[in-house]
Amino acid sequence: MRIALAGQPNCGKSTIFNSIAGYKAITSNFPGTTVKYTETKTHIEGYTCNCIDLPGTYSLTSGDPAELEARRHLLSGEVDVIINVIDASLLCRSLELTLQLLELEVPMILCLNMMDEAQRKGIQIDAPKLSNLLGVPVIPTIATTGKGLKELFIDVLRVREEKRIGKTPKFSKDIEEIVSQLDSILNSEWPVKEKVPTRFLSIKLLENDEFFINETKRNSNATNRIRPLQEKLEQIHGSPSDEVISSERHALAMNLFEKVSTVIHPPKRDIRITIDNWVMHKFFGYLILVGVFYGFFNFIFGIGGYIEEPLMELFDYWIGGLEEFFGKGSLALFLFRGVLQGIAGGIAIVLPYLVPFLIGLSILEDVGYLPRVAFLMDVFMHKIGLHGKSIIPFILGYGCSVPAVMATRILEFPQHRFIVSILTTMIPCAARITIIFGLVAFFISPNAALMIFALNILVVAVSGKILSTLYPEPGSLGLILEIPAYQLPPLKNTLKKSWYRIREFIVIAWPLLIIGSALLALMEYGKVDLYFNRFLSPLTHLLGLPVSVGATLIFGLLRKELSLIMLTQALGTTQVLTVMTKSQIMVFTVFVTFYIPCLATIAALWKEIGKKGALLAILFTLSVAIILALITHIFFGIFPLW
Amino acid sequence: MTTLDQVHENNKAKVIDIQGGQGIRQRLGQMGIHPGDTIMMLRYGALRGPILIEVHGSQVALGRRIASRILVEEIE
Ligand SMILES: Nc1nc2c(ncn2[C@@H]2O[C@H](COP(=O)(O)OP(=O)(O)OP(=O)(O)O)[C@@H](O)[C@H]2O)c(=O)[nH]1
Ligand SMILES: [Mg+2]
Repeated sequence: MRIALAGQPNCGKSTIFNSIAGYKAITSNFPGTTVKYTETKTHIEGYTCNCIDLPGTYSLTSGDPAELEARRHLLSGEVDVIINVIDASLLCRSLELTLQLLELEVPMILCLNMMDEAQRKGIQIDAPKLSNLLGVPVIPTIATTGKGLKELFIDVLRVREEKRIGKTPKFSKDIEEIVSQLDSILNSEWPVKEKVPTRFLSIKLLENDEFFINETKRNSNATNRIRPLQEKLEQIHGSPSDEVISSERHALAMNLFEKVSTVIHPPKRDIRITIDNWVMHKFFGYLILVGVFYGFFNFIFGIGGYIEEPLMELFDYWIGGLEEFFGKGSLALFLFRGVLQGIAGGIAIVLPYLVPFLIGLSILEDVGYLPRVAFLMDVFMHKIGLHGKSIIPFILGYGCSVPAVMATRILEFPQHRFIVSILTTMIPCAARITIIFGLVAFFISPNAALMIFALNILVVAVSGKILSTLYPEPGSLGLILEIPAYQLPPLKNTLKKSWYRIREFIVIAWPLLIIGSALLALMEYGKVDLYFNRFLSPLTHLLGLPVSVGATLIFGLLRKELSLIMLTQALGTTQVLTVMTKSQIMVFTVFVTFYIPCLATIAALWKEIGKKGALLAILFTLSVAIILALITHIFFGIFPLW
Repeated sequence: MTTLDQVHENNKAKVIDIQGGQGIRQRLGQMGIHPGDTIMMLRYGALRGPILIEVHGSQVALGRRIASRILVEEIE
């Protein structure tokens, strides 16, 4: 049995999914968190079920790639029960999707989530009455506390057994007539691959749904007979046929909404409105934005720097001990030192910064700050040919480039997706952030690290301008983005999300760091690393870096953290300042921040924007990295600040 | 009659028509904006940035260009 969670963006689908799956799907307070499906096996009352979490979708009409993914699953005919999750505080708008889902004639259950929000707004919903009108069970829930979720899944079984497919409210008579005329045409000649109910397809065709119209055109000449029916609708109602249907559906939804809901008290004076008066203010909004990110920076450095120092000393002491124990130059020493340095890198350099960073990022996401940043930044994003929504992939890029590249699926226009995908890989991900903190902030000064972040933003903006000039998007409409209400971060979920991301480092990256570090040690023992270093010597020479860092740059392609951990390995000391000047550290970090995305990111790029796009990203970032590192090198040659 | 981007902060307006192709109608319709709906103007962004409106209980940010394509009538 396959159960699908479907609903409009940000209504709590992934939160409900996680309640049965453990923390498997990322949840955040902005529309468009989920962009691909997640599946889990679960047991309800002894039955084995597959439950899938889908991206949010405002409607079943063609949309952005994330919405199309949801639609593809819903139309596949492989879903046995749909759980239609609704944000109860936005019932009226949400019902428009519900009406479309009912047309699919799949057993369905309505989950009225965010009942706490509805209550805060003073909206009372008569769930039994709604259930009566739609012919499907309606279960009120609060996903963040788990309230009502047990009943929900038990009812899923009942719906499946009874095959409760609900009833779709009818449109006005003249529209229904045209729908049934089209029904009979389609019944004699089925023009698409999808096995959807006839009425559903008729309505979609009358709505001029891009996908189905194109399918129909390709497979049959039924379009000749569809157009006159669309025209008839247009004549009667005096507006384009897509608008006729969507207005009609809208009216049905409003009608249902009015029947089942009552405003019992005016919305309580909400402190969140006052907060937005500041956060989204024309002037103070930007001050707060800078303040938040500056505070965030200090928070990470405060914690990380405090922990890095004593841990590094401890590991240095141990590594020194190894030398005494094994004797200089022995193979065992190289091997054990390599392993120990890999372990040390994870504990002393990466985790102290990674943990506070990821917790902070989770909090920002869960509070709902990101869409506000999109609002504030829209103006500036226009200057580089994008619009505000693109800021969301950028911010996610500070966490990890892979989900950031995938998050471009929430952008409507292909050229925007192309440009933003390439640009997000230049945003320093958590791994590169630890390099900036662990190397530059720690050995030089926090201000030098801030300079790198500022330089990065500047370069991304200029690159954006260049790319959007090369690949203009003529059809861009501009920003249309829902701004959800603030939420107190659901502490348990926020921490689980942070852990979900930290675990990725611990189980995948860290072992790789240890192996890589040991491998480099062995290479040093066998003097193989010299080949790598010689191969890269034109580059390291050009940038004025020690030749021995060459190999670390190659390993950095696997995981960005490797460049840092292996740097200490390659230089033979954690006291980096004894072998590199501060200027060299700056040049190295600038290069590492920008050059070629890691393997996993290249794979994600390949998938999202194709082979050519991925190749372009590699060449582009490499050129940017070389140019900037060279400028940095020359700059510090002329102005030796330290 | 005016366009949505001309409505003053904290004023309400009723949508008369949306000018533009099916794409823009669809995207706005999904946000609950159709002819006949009431929209409340909440705030303007700086430097001709986007506007923030409330419609059917949800808040939506709209770029100025789009807002200028929504014909409305201000409600006193
Ligand atoms: N107050 C309240 N917040 C909730 C409830 N359910 C979920 N949330 C919060 O709403 C936000 C969105 O939840 P998600 O589970 O990510 O929503 P989604 O439907 O998966 O969103 P998309 O993937 O973007 O479509 C998160 O910040 C949740 O913590 C609820 O019942 N009450
Ligand atoms: Mg989700």
